[in-house]
Amino acid sequence: MAGGLRRLSAGLPAGLAAGALALLVLGTLGAVARQAGGFGGLRGSDLGALRFTLMQAGASALISVALAVPLARAIARRRWPGRQAFVTALGAPFLMPVIVAVMALIAVFGRSGALNRGLDALGLPTLSIYGPQGVVLAHVFLNLPFAARMILQGWATIPAERIRLARSLGFGPAEIARHLERPMLRAVLPGAVLAVFLVCLTSFAVAMTLGGGPRATTLELAIYQAFRFDFDPGRAASLGLLQVALCLAALAAAARVARPEPLGAGLEQGRALPAPGGWRRLGDGLAIALATLFLLAPLAAVTARGLAGLADLPPGIWPAAARSLWVAVGSGVLTLVLALPLALGVARGGRGLELAGMLPLVASPLVLGTGLFLLLRPLAAPADLALPVTLAVNAALSVPFALRILIPPARQLRDDYGRLAAALDLRGLARLRLLVLPRLARPLGFAGGVAAAFSMGDLGVIALFAAPDRATLPFYLYGLMGSYRLDAAAAAATLLVALTFALFWAFDQGGRRASA
Amino acid sequence: MKTPLMLAGLLIATSAVADETPVFTVYAPDYFASDWGPGPAIEAGFEKTCGCDLRFVTGDLLPRLMLEGATTEADAVIGLNTDVTARARATGLFAPHGQDTSALTLPIAWSDDIFLPFNWGETAFVYDETRLANPPKSFAELLEAPDDLKIVIQDPRSSISGLALLLWVKAVYGDEAPAAWAKLAPKVLTVTKGWSESYGLFSEGEADMVMSYTTSPAYHIIAEGDTTKHAAIFPEGHYFMTELAARIATSDQPELGQAFMAYIMSDDFQGMIATANWSYPARFTPESLPEGFRTLPRPARTLFYSETEAEALRRPALDEWLAAFGG
Amino acid sequence: MLRLEEVKIRQGDWQLAADLSLAPGARMAVLGPSGAGKSTLLGAVAGFVPLAAGRILWEGRDLAPLEPGARPLSILFQDQNLFAHLSVAQNLGLGISPALRLTRADHARIDRALERVGLAGMGARKPHALSGGQQGRVALARALLRARPMLLLDEPFAALGPALKSEMLDLVAEIAAESGSLVLLVTHDPADALRFAPHALVVAEGRTQGPFDTAPLLADPPPALAAYLGRGG
Repeated sequence: MAGGLRRLSAGLPAGLAAGALALLVLGTLGAVARQAGGFGGLRGSDLGALRFTLMQAGASALISVALAVPLARAIARRRWPGRQAFVTALGAPFLMPVIVAVMALIAVFGRSGALNRGLDALGLPTLSIYGPQGVVLAHVFLNLPFAARMILQGWATIPAERIRLARSLGFGPAEIARHLERPMLRAVLPGAVLAVFLVCLTSFAVAMTLGGGPRATTLELAIYQAFRFDFDPGRAASLGLLQVALCLAALAAAARVARPEPLGAGLEQGRALPAPGGWRRLGDGLAIALATLFLLAPLAAVTARGLAGLADLPPGIWPAAARSLWVAVGSGVLTLVLALPLALGVARGGRGLELAGMLPLVASPLVLGTGLFLLLRPLAAPADLALPVTLAVNAALSVPFALRILIPPARQLRDDYGRLAAALDLRGLARLRLLVLPRLARPLGFAGGVAAAFSMGDLGVIALFAAPDRATLPFYLYGLMGSYRLDAAAAAATLLVALTFALFWAFDQGGRRASA
Repeated sequence: MKTPLMLAGLLIATSAVADETPVFTVYAPDYFASDWGPGPAIEAGFEKTCGCDLRFVTGDLLPRLMLEGATTEADAVIGLNTDVTARARATGLFAPHGQDTSALTLPIAWSDDIFLPFNWGETAFVYDETRLANPPKSFAELLEAPDDLKIVIQDPRSSISGLALLLWVKAVYGDEAPAAWAKLAPKVLTVTKGWSESYGLFSEGEADMVMSYTTSPAYHIIAEGDTTKHAAIFPEGHYFMTELAARIATSDQPELGQAFMAYIMSDDFQGMIATANWSYPARFTPESLPEGFRTLPRPARTLFYSETEAEALRRPALDEWLAAFGG
Repeated sequence: MLRLEEVKIRQGDWQLAADLSLAPGARMAVLGPSGAGKSTLLGAVAGFVPLAAGRILWEGRDLAPLEPGARPLSILFQDQNLFAHLSVAQNLGLGISPALRLTRADHARIDRALERVGLAGMGARKPHALSGGQQGRVALARALLRARPMLLLDEPFAALGPALKSEMLDLVAEIAAESGSLVLLVTHDPADALRFAPHALVVAEGRTQGPFDTAPLLADPPPALAAYLGRGG
């Protein structure tokens, strides 16, 4: 009895978090369907949208992960000055607000971008970023860093003992790949492909701006159309449900493919793979150099574009920036509050928790916003809820990413210290304070930083809740764009990128400092 | 000792004022609220005479109204587009504006007693003369232009100007619209979600022309002193776009609503709309327009579908458009 | 008294049975071939391994409803006995209060325990700054502070050299004698068993047998143990 109660109380926060997320995603869907008087039938064009969505998300996921493997391996087995800074900077595109990322890509790959100007000067044919290839390029740009980070984490979990064993047996790079790296990749890659696939599933702004035309219609655009063009919320709810079904199918597929192998408790720090010479050295160097160029050149271009206008930013931007900052900090913290019990629960073996935690990834922002509006309006004035709702929704949408970051170290923690903590009766808040927080401080800081950065760049699912004095920085940026003020918008984008990275850096450093 | 007393006094005073001053709630699009939008000027101008506290609630206007229905707290709305008036009217949420529409100076006749226009413009392809020396001089020329002339347009499913383009092509080409789209499609660099993204791409030099408005060059002239941006004027005509205001029938402050409609027609309001919205005011004389607007070329023909025509056309026109892009 | 009452542990095809009683304060070696289930048996007593059948009782009380930390025992594992991010004193403090709410008197007890295992003044260090033997002493000192009537040792000193291991076992013997604890020591080394434990259990071929007197057992082992000890009989 007592044991059962105790187990229940350990699972309670995780259950609450999972319930809240499922309620948010499914409850808003239900609210929209109820308002519409039921789920509506789909149109023929929705199938086309489904096909394009699956293809672009699949291609984006496979290409992102395929490119991330050599990059992550190069980072894992090479040591050079500034390596840590490089790994941090690598994350930049992933943290960049989508609206800015598209501007950045166009500055480099656009018709009048640096690349095509160079090709033109050399008398070579130019490349077009507009079309399905542009959508995939943008998604690879945005998600390659995240995939590389996840895979890099896989390399870090190869136990030092096994690397030592490999060295003592005289393994060359080929044998290391076969006996150490491939089993690890087999465990890590399905999760990485899944995560990127799901992110791209709900792509909207990227797919539209770079898609080249209505052939690039995603499900999210079909939802938008159902709401706004056809005034058919029932169909929008059906499409939202379709997205959730896709998420579940993808999760099930990934679970079948993935074979998470028990990772031995690594006692030693500083595990380094042998760094082979010859052509592999050249290859690794090339991978790192190309990634730097591909990921950081657009960032540099968009930042440079806005520098000149920084001094002339309208004064209204500062309150907007302050609002964005506190919403982002709150959202980062709330993300951790939701994701940590879920990650610990998943480490204890709760697959259902992982499912609930991944759901927000495919929640349609438009359905979410509309459903929340319907659910919350009887309770309070929507305008008063604008910022709290933004904060909470941003947090919920960040949970899947936080989970991907937290689950591996949470599993490791359980493998390393689960028995000892149980033997010493270390549980509840004491366990949190003395074991979980100090041991997971680093991934918690990283996950919180990612969540805060997302929140910073989010345009908000809250168009229905918006109030004039509640505009966030991306909202403000969009307003500048919408009123011909493109230089000011570029400057606002630079400010937004700077604040986003500063916030991420602060969370990440906080985690490192607090890490035991 | 003094400060708490003063604070208490202040609190009493403000709560007394809050009790007496009625709040007048107006739903408006996002751009109204920005530092540079028309919202702050309208608020200050109307509050001078209404003895009320005007509050803008910005965001998705009609979707929000439709979700709220008769329980809405809005007293009036401003910034509705003509593409949604049929649907808005069908909700029965609106009351007559009571203004004399014969005073309006629109290029088309307007006799709607519910929806009151406060600004207008026409669709147009905007270009930069330094990048496009020989712009097409007619819609026909645009269709026949080489495919490396690149234009950016907006998606009619997500953008009001995108829908206006759809109706523009329909008004010019009628049953030949699919053939016109087939010729236009290869020139379309990309289709964006909204006008902002399109105009941004154009400004960064990605496209030669952008689907925008006849009034767009006025911004560059007035705010930037830049006279190189022009709207290509086509003899086939340009499609009319207007933004509308209306009173909410269930409002408990109908007098304030009436006063607001009258304020919209006032010189005070109409005088500041041109540079706040970069569009023509609904009621103006050549003298009351800012300099940069007076010199803008005007199309010879203005095209417009009534709301019932537009409502019947939008779905088939969209299907034609999708088919032309193979979507 | 520790009573294992018709206990059956099942993990897939593998199975282990035990039915025996052990007196309080006894020192007991647990012997048997690798993979026979010595650690699993300790895990069952400690509450980490579920029983397929039977009961485990301490002084007549069924341990089943008790979480591992609430059972009347302390356990030392093969590794991971200390939290790497906590200081030595904090690791010890967990033996007094799992929430580390420690009074001045508690700190004094920690200092005394450190002194008792020969680590006086090392409370502020982190475990990685200690040698393997010192880490074992810290874990023992914590068991001392917990003062539970049973002490389960799952080869915690296997990685230590022979001299150091003997030293540690002597320390365990002293501490156990002081507190009157029942000690179960899993070991591979007959010499350890002889030196430390007057009695022994044999875990082999799916069964737990004993207790036996250690010396005669090792002098004339049953066949399963003999094969393991390398004395083909």
